[in-house]
Amino acid sequence: MKGFYSLLYKEVVRFWKVGFQTVLSPLLSTMLYLLIFSHVLGDHVEAFPGVPYVSFLIPGLAMMALLQNAFANSSSSLIQSKITGNIIFLLLSPVSYPEIFLAYVLASTIRGVLVGSGIFLITLWAVDIPLKFPLWALVFALLGSFILGAIGIVAGIWAEKFDQLASFQNFIILPLTFLSGVFYSIHSLPPFWQEVSHLNPFFYLIDGFRYGFFGVSDISPYFSLLVVSICLAAVSLITLGLLKSGYKLRN
Amino acid sequence: MNPAIAIRQASKQFGSLRAVDCVDLEIAQGEFFALLGPNGAGKTTLINLLSGLSRPDSGRLAIMGFDVSREYRKARRSVGVVPQELVFDPFFTVREVLEVQSGYFGISDNAAWIDEILARLDLSSKADTNMRALSGGMKRRVLVAQALVHKPPVIILDEPTAGVDVELRQALWEFIKSLNASGHTIVLTTHYLEEAEALCNRIAMLKAGKIVALDTTSNLLKSCKVRHVKLQISPDSLPDALLPGFIGKESGYHVLKLDEFAELESMLETIRASGARITDMVLPHPDLEAVFVEIMRKQ
Repeated sequence: MKGFYSLLYKEVVRFWKVGFQTVLSPLLSTMLYLLIFSHVLGDHVEAFPGVPYVSFLIPGLAMMALLQNAFANSSSSLIQSKITGNIIFLLLSPVSYPEIFLAYVLASTIRGVLVGSGIFLITLWAVDIPLKFPLWALVFALLGSFILGAIGIVAGIWAEKFDQLASFQNFIILPLTFLSGVFYSIHSLPPFWQEVSHLNPFFYLIDGFRYGFFGVSDISPYFSLLVVSICLAAVSLITLGLLKSGYKLRN
Repeated sequence: MNPAIAIRQASKQFGSLRAVDCVDLEIAQGEFFALLGPNGAGKTTLINLLSGLSRPDSGRLAIMGFDVSREYRKARRSVGVVPQELVFDPFFTVREVLEVQSGYFGISDNAAWIDEILARLDLSSKADTNMRALSGGMKRRVLVAQALVHKPPVIILDEPTAGVDVELRQALWEFIKSLNASGHTIVLTTHYLEEAEALCNRIAMLKAGKIVALDTTSNLLKSCKVRHVKLQISPDSLPDALLPGFIGKESGYHVLKLDEFAELESMLETIRASGARITDMVLPHPDLEAVFVEIMRKQ
């Protein structure tokens, strides 16, 4: 397990050394989202009964930032290592592929949770947000980080250039997070789009996470937990399969 | 005792290129071994197969008796590889890089050995410098240090002295020689054939993915049929009978081709018969470069 700890340590130190870019920058951009959307829509929208829009928005934004940063951590680290060639130091070592998987996913989780909880803590002084079921919120935060950390590994392995990774992020991750109910309750959508939203796994992450705060959600948190767990299992199996086969890593 | 490296019928194909073609090779523990060949001969591919960076299409490879596929963890713990490319992690200092690398190999407290490697490679003053700030030569030293953090019994160096200055080259070989003297098996690839000749006890030559020569360094040198003799004569005019073997003039010497030593006697007789006098004669030993060129031409 020493190899796993070393890789985890390396991955955490790596993003921490560029903390302005990896932690503070997403905090700032998320706060700007919050400022703009709460001012523009704050008086017009009530997503859940009795819940002010700005309070509704904060868990969604925190989860969105958490997901995007968890993805960015593993994917950017892997592609940088591949392009600069220093991935060989890991590939030459006896660290096993499950250890590699766990280390990258946990480092992504640490960054994701750090950014997500940072947003929550900064907004605490200005906005009254209940945290009715903290365990539910924590479970969905962790599961979301695990899933996006694992998807980040897949993207980092698959992409051969930075623009391929940017495409993955801009055409897959960004639309899935933006259209998952970060800014709205899906009950405010027409029936067709409600159905489409149910096909988006990120919707279950954000809805379940929000349940932890308000005790209210668009669908049952147990169902969300089931969907998210299945997604995690599927993504983990794919990622472990890629790492085991050495796809695009070992010739 | 298990061989340090055992390769049986290993092959690797990239598209239409057969980079390694049914290679059989065994390197005993404690050897200082050279893997030579022109660019594209398959040296680096063979090293990649041994280190796990590539997977063979067929055949088996083992390091210290551990199969590189089935027992990859034990095999990788037994080998340290200095890669040919100058790669580095720009986020970390030299010491951090070596600590992380030690951790990958399951070593918790490696400070004493890291300090020793840094000192031996003249890197102590750069221990806390970020990798980005190092010169090319310094980065090359760190690559060597990284390969040694886990004290592997087998050390593979893929062109470790390419583009490095004389001082580092000498320091590096002194260090590697001392490691070999203490029992480590050394395998190196280099285009500096004089390095291989001076350091290695056995040599394999590769061409187009196949081993075309494999012997001790002294046997390879003895096997060289292309020899020369350098003669200084007075008056400075070569008899016509010797002109077919004349290669050229070099610093006042006539350089003549010598297929066999027995030819030397008749050559001297011909010169004497022409009335000339031999004022100096040099019979240079063939070097590895001559052997290499001859073997590569033959294949």
